[in-house]
Amino acid sequence: MENFDLIIPEIFLSLSIFLTLLIGVFFKNSYNLVTNLTYLIIVSLLLIIFNSFNESGNLFSNSFITNSFINFFKILILLGTLFVMLITQNFIKDTKINYFEYPLLILFSVLGMFFMISSNDLMSFYLGLELQSLALYILASFDRDNLKSNESGLKYFVLSALSSGLLLYGCSLLYGFTGSTNFEEINLKMELENTGTTFAMVFILVGLAFKVSAVPFHMWTPDVYQGSPSSVTSFFAVVPKVAGIAILIRFVQIPFEQLIDQWQNILVFMSIASMILGAVAAIGQTNIKRLIAYSSIGHIGYALAGISTGTVTGYSSSIAYISVYVIMNLGVFSCIFLMKKDGKYCEDIKDLAGTSKQNPLLAIAFLIIMFSLAGIPPLAGFFAKFYVFMSVIENGMYTLAIIGLLSTVISAFYYLRIIKIIYFDDMHKPFDHIKNLGISTTLFLSTVILITFFIYPSFLNTIVETLVIN
Amino acid sequence: MNFPILSSVTLLPALGALFILFSKSEKNENRNVINLSLFTSVANFILTIFLWHSFDKNFVGFQFVEEQNWISGFIKFKFGIDGISILFIVLTAFITPICIISCVNSVKTRLKEFLIAILILETFMIGVFCSLDLVVFYIFFEAGLIPMFLIIGIWGGPKRVYAAFKFFLFTLLGSVLMLVAIISIYWITGTTDITQIFEIKIPVKYQYILWLAFFSSFAVKMPMWPVHTWLPDAHVEAPTAGSVILAAILLKMAGYGFLRFSIGMFPVASEYFIPLIFTLSIIAIIYTSLVALMQEDMKKLIAYSSVAHMGFVTLGIFTFTPQGIEGSIFQMISHGLISAALFLCVGVLYDRAHSRLISSYGGVVNILPKYSLVFGVFMLSALGLPGTSGFVGEFLVLIGVFQKSFLVAILASVGIILGAAYMLWLYKRVVFGKLEKNELKELKDLNFSEGTVLFLLMALVLFFGFYPNLILDTIHTSVEELIKNYKQAIIFNLSVIK
Repeated sequence: MENFDLIIPEIFLSLSIFLTLLIGVFFKNSYNLVTNLTYLIIVSLLLIIFNSFNESGNLFSNSFITNSFINFFKILILLGTLFVMLITQNFIKDTKINYFEYPLLILFSVLGMFFMISSNDLMSFYLGLELQSLALYILASFDRDNLKSNESGLKYFVLSALSSGLLLYGCSLLYGFTGSTNFEEINLKMELENTGTTFAMVFILVGLAFKVSAVPFHMWTPDVYQGSPSSVTSFFAVVPKVAGIAILIRFVQIPFEQLIDQWQNILVFMSIASMILGAVAAIGQTNIKRLIAYSSIGHIGYALAGISTGTVTGYSSSIAYISVYVIMNLGVFSCIFLMKKDGKYCEDIKDLAGTSKQNPLLAIAFLIIMFSLAGIPPLAGFFAKFYVFMSVIENGMYTLAIIGLLSTVISAFYYLRIIKIIYFDDMHKPFDHIKNLGISTTLFLSTVILITFFIYPSFLNTIVETLVIN
Repeated sequence: MNFPILSSVTLLPALGALFILFSKSEKNENRNVINLSLFTSVANFILTIFLWHSFDKNFVGFQFVEEQNWISGFIKFKFGIDGISILFIVLTAFITPICIISCVNSVKTRLKEFLIAILILETFMIGVFCSLDLVVFYIFFEAGLIPMFLIIGIWGGPKRVYAAFKFFLFTLLGSVLMLVAIISIYWITGTTDITQIFEIKIPVKYQYILWLAFFSSFAVKMPMWPVHTWLPDAHVEAPTAGSVILAAILLKMAGYGFLRFSIGMFPVASEYFIPLIFTLSIIAIIYTSLVALMQEDMKKLIAYSSVAHMGFVTLGIFTFTPQGIEGSIFQMISHGLISAALFLCVGVLYDRAHSRLISSYGGVVNILPKYSLVFGVFMLSALGLPGTSGFVGEFLVLIGVFQKSFLVAILASVGIILGAAYMLWLYKRVVFGKLEKNELKELKDLNFSEGTVLFLLMALVLFFGFYPNLILDTIHTSVEELIKNYKQAIIFNLSVIK
């Protein structure tokens, strides 16, 4: 008898999704009800996972595993989702996309991510990945009457399908050359002399790079970020990245463990390219969502730099990086949802002009988040980068470290530009006064964490490092 | 002593800033906020005087050491001071209240935020001089950029955005290379605690590249030719208080960095790069003095003169003679007082006539006699007149340089003559002559707060000019120790090569 305790979170999530779906169908105007149920589901899931945090084991002939490392990511995904839901409520209602399918699709995508990062087999991995992506395609085009939203959904779908095809091709090659779809068995049967497995690895990495939007597979990101409703963008920018980084680490740790020489080169290249492109391309942007898209590409570059070292400290530094990135991005999007003039949400960064006089608290929050994104000490963003470069330099990858740090200088330029607009420019028109507990709590929490992070900066890393070792 | 006095000195201003942040906004809140910030900064100054008083001048090594586990496993939060750093802490704590007094006259908008920025900046600056760990040092060193960027950008002049960006990006660019070097040092030696690094000694083959990485950061901050171009812009656009802090303290961080880190950790590389430093310093002294001659903006002129004076500092540090290094430290302290005073003097005129151009003044002595006296004294001390603190520093540096290279010393002396030329010419054009411009006739002489600050600074400049031993005694033991360690390292390296 297999131990089904391990899969309780997923079972609970699936059952509650179907139940909520039924409730949503049978009640009229059930958006609020479904949203509240979603909160309830997420919170109970958090409790379930907290309770069984250290349990580890595998199921279904070793195709599904769980351990504290995976549970950490699940908690991060759930927290990200919870806060994204909290900050987006106003926006969803104002743009009239408050259909009950919206929270359900988010839950479906979370379910997909859960399966994806828990998978220990190429089949279950691919199924999880597709479940997550399908929900995201629909979410991207959720604002049906908006042309841009439709465009972004379609664009995301077509490009993502292409990358999924490549990924699937990689999976089949891997199966063909090793004779197994199980991660651990693939690792055992990997023949280093075989070019075929290297090809398979390249294809799989391409697919994963697409999901985390690393250069050169980033082309969809700015358009999809800009076109999708902001509420969906905030979800895109936070949660799938966490899942993507998690599965990437699992891939390089288990099936591709022996191919380190090969994937290291690829990851170093992608990391450098993402950091430089993220820094340079964002300079010219005027739309804040597009700017955040490029900045997220840059940040993924730093996370990849940590992974590319192939060491425990490297992995944990990039996990810590992605966690801090989640906190910063939640803060940025809370600010974006406060940018509303005459009942319309603004996306142009020029609209921020003069915020410091009219809304000093929002301005100071923006200031702290931007400096943290730029990686200026003593804010959390600096320590995240510090850990990444610590492990990068430990492994003697000086070129990567120097290019990475120089690109932080370039990227500092556009973060400073936002601060300049907020603080140095004259006021245009004041923002509407928005009172929303969810947004203000999230913004407050994220800024406080960013400021006080320096008191105990090794907090995240000590937790994460023990997880990676296990 | 168990009382963590260094942490208190560092954190007190930030605490004051926190209080100001939460102080109630009312109509005449300005009084409250100013008093609160003045109280904090003066209390901090008294604390540093107490620190100086209980400082043991004959003690070799670091005093008041505080240690705290911080980043678990590898980095400790370590504070401590020796003769080199104590004076910079006192200087910082002394300049801050002066800035606060001066900004009351000149800052018209958002005074509360301005004072918060100044106090936070004070915390970071003192932290730089206290830290005995490379990572802690780096964090304080970089963190200072945030408040300074805002001070220039929010309260600055018309081209403030350009100046603020240039300041921030130049400094950041220099510093990231230092971060790479710091992390590399950690992996080479296994620690970032500099007292341990001094003992472990970094292998010579790494020293050159690491020295250059640190140099890139300090050269920008110093600023040395050719990366000095951010300084004139930043000075011209910054509000008076910002210029004062920039000239008096931020620039000293680099000189301090050379003394503490470059020489202490990389003695062999420092020896190797002497020609580079000498060349850049001489170019800085002569070239920027010539540039200063042609300036039409008073603040820009003083900014260029700062670059020239900092050239003397680097020159003195890299002579590795007791006179040279003590002269450099003395020059930094005295320049901290003099340049602060000169910027305040320009600020006094600017607040009244709203122009920084030299051509819009002339004959000021007829209506502002007190002001002209004070300005004259500072002008003379900037050009190094005996009897003022400016003389002692330059004289000691030149003694040090003469022992190393005759040619360099001659060229540096030419710089002093040029310095006299631009300063006297500036004074002549602004103060002397006939009062011809009608709009100047309404000007009022120094008010009470300006007078107090400037006379206080003048008294100090003259006092240190006549009695430099107060400073030299404090730094002497530490400088001797620095040179001793440096010579040992050089001799050891030579013996290894043989």
